[in-house]
Amino acid sequence: MTMPLRLQAAILSLALLAVGLLAWEAAVPRQTLATELTELELLMGMGAQRAGVPPPSAVFERAVTMLSDPFYVRGPNDKGIGVQLAYSIWRVLAGYGLAALIALPLGFLIGMSPLAYRALDPFIQVLRPISPLAWMPLALFIIRDSQASAIFVIFICSIWPMLINTAFGVAGVRKDWLNVARTHELGALRTAFTVILPAAAPTIITGMRISIGIAWLVIVAAEMLVGGTGIGYFVWNEWNNLDLTSVIFAILVIGVVGMALDAFFGAVQRAVSFSE
Amino acid sequence: MSKSFLSVEGLAKRFPAPKGGKPLTVFEHVNFTVEKGEFVCIIGHSGCGKSTILNVLAGLDEASEGAVIMGGREVKGPSLDRGVVFQNYSLLPWLSALKNVTFAVRARHPDWRREKVTAHAYRHLEMVGISDGAEHRKPSQLSGGMRQRVSIARAFATQPELLLLDEPFGALDALTRGVIQDELLKVWGETHQTVFMITHDVDEAIYLADRILLMTNGPFAQVAESVEISLPRPRSRDAIVEDPRYYRIRNHLVHFLARRSKEMSGERRREPGARPTTVRFDAEGEPPAGGPRLYAVND
Repeated sequence: MTMPLRLQAAILSLALLAVGLLAWEAAVPRQTLATELTELELLMGMGAQRAGVPPPSAVFERAVTMLSDPFYVRGPNDKGIGVQLAYSIWRVLAGYGLAALIALPLGFLIGMSPLAYRALDPFIQVLRPISPLAWMPLALFIIRDSQASAIFVIFICSIWPMLINTAFGVAGVRKDWLNVARTHELGALRTAFTVILPAAAPTIITGMRISIGIAWLVIVAAEMLVGGTGIGYFVWNEWNNLDLTSVIFAILVIGVVGMALDAFFGAVQRAVSFSE
Repeated sequence: MSKSFLSVEGLAKRFPAPKGGKPLTVFEHVNFTVEKGEFVCIIGHSGCGKSTILNVLAGLDEASEGAVIMGGREVKGPSLDRGVVFQNYSLLPWLSALKNVTFAVRARHPDWRREKVTAHAYRHLEMVGISDGAEHRKPSQLSGGMRQRVSIARAFATQPELLLLDEPFGALDALTRGVIQDELLKVWGETHQTVFMITHDVDEAIYLADRILLMTNGPFAQVAESVEISLPRPRSRDAIVEDPRYYRIRNHLVHFLARRSKEMSGERRREPGARPTTVRFDAEGEPPAGGPRLYAVND
C-alpha cells in the first residue's frame, strides 16, 4: 500500500478533475431547441430565460474538432486555433527577444557599475509600474502599425523583470569569485562570461521566467485591443459570435501554452542552478 | 638582504578617520623578506592585519604605505605568479572539482591543448588525493577537507612562484587537517614553490614552516620576530616532539601570543626601518639572549 507520493498526487488530481467536470456538467441546465417547443410555450416565452454556459462535454467536442484541423485559414475571421496561437507566440517571442537583447547587456552594466545603477534607477522605478497596455495608444500613434504595437507592448512589459534581475544577479556575485578571476588574470570579457554570467545565471533566468509569464498574460489583452489575429483576438471574436464553447476552449489553450513556456524556463533554471 | 626573492618594505595599512573618530592604523613598518623555496608562516591575533598583508601580497588589496617587491619587481595587482588559497576555498560552485582546476590551468596556459590541460589538472588533483570519480563532483558535494584539497590543487596547478595560504585549514577538523598538512608538504617538496601562510595554530606552524613571523596585536601591529625552525626535514609528527628544540620553540611562540604580542602593541615601539628580530633555537645551548624563559605549554 506504499504508493509513491507522485502517483498518489496524480490519482488525486485526476479525481478532482473528474469531480469538477461532473459537477459542471450536472450544473448546466439542459437547453431545448426552439423547434422542440410547443406553440403555447413559444407564445408564453417559456423557453430558458438565459443562455447557459456550455457543458464540458460540448467543450470537449469543440476541442476535438478544432484540434483535428488547427491550421486552416478561411478568411480573416476564420482561422484555425493553431494559426492564432502561432501569431500570439510569435509576437511574444519577438517582443520578448528584443527585450532580452536590451535588458541583459544593460542589466550587466547596471550590475557592474554603481554609477550606472544610480543614474538609471529613477527611470526604472517610474517606468516599471506602468501597465503595459497604457503604452498602447502611444505605440499605435508613433509606430502606426497595430502588429508592431502589440510587439512593443510585449517588449515593454517583459523588459523590467529581466533588467532588474540581471542587475541584481550581477551585483550580487560573491567577491571571492571575482577575486578568483582577478588572481587568475582573467580579462574583463572572460570574467564576465566565465565567472559573472554563471554566478548570476540563476537570478537572471528567474527574471526571464517572470518576464515570459507576464508577456503571455499581456499578449491576450493586447490582441483583444489591436485585433486581427492571435489567441486574444480569437477569444474576443468568439465572444462577439456568442460562441462560449470556443471561448472556454481558448481559455484552456492559453493556460496550457503558458504552462509550457514556464516549464521551459523552469528546466533552464534547473540546468544553471548550483548549490554552494 | 636586497637580493631576497620577496621583500616587504615599510608596509602600512591605515584607514582615514570616520566622522568624529580617530584614524586607524592597523599595522605599520612591516618589513620582512622571504627567500625562494622557503615556507614561511605568519602568526598573530585576529585584527593584527595578517590577512591584509596576505591580500596585499596577492595584489587584491592595497597598502597605504610601503611596497612589496617580488623577483626584483614591485607587486601591483593580482597575478598568476602569486597563487592564493582562501580560507573559504573560493571554488566556483557551478564547476566540478576538475573543471575548477582546468579553469586555472587554462588561465595559466591559454595555448595548451585540451588534453594537456586535463592531464595537468588530473595530476595535481591526484597529488592531493582527489581521484576515483570525486573530481567530477561539484564543490557542494564534497566535504570541507576535499574542497580545500581542490583549492590547493588549483593553486599549485598554476605553478605560481609564490603561494599564499590564508588559514587554509582553519575550518577543518584536526584529523583532516593533519592529512592535508602532509599533502601540502608533499606537494611543496615536489614543486619547490615559495609558500607564505597565515595560521592560528602554533603546532601547525612549527610542523610546516622554515620560519615563523610573529605579529604584535593591532592597532599599530608590527612583525616583531622571525623565529627560525631549524628542525630537520622531512619532519614527522612523532619525531619532532622528541626534538629538544620543539618545546622551546613552542613555548616561545605561545608565550609571544599569550603575553608579549599584547605588551608590544598599541604604541610605536619600533623604528620605521626595523627588521624583525631573528630568533633561533639551537639543538643545544641557551635560549637567545633577551629571549623569554620557558613557560608551561598550556600557558
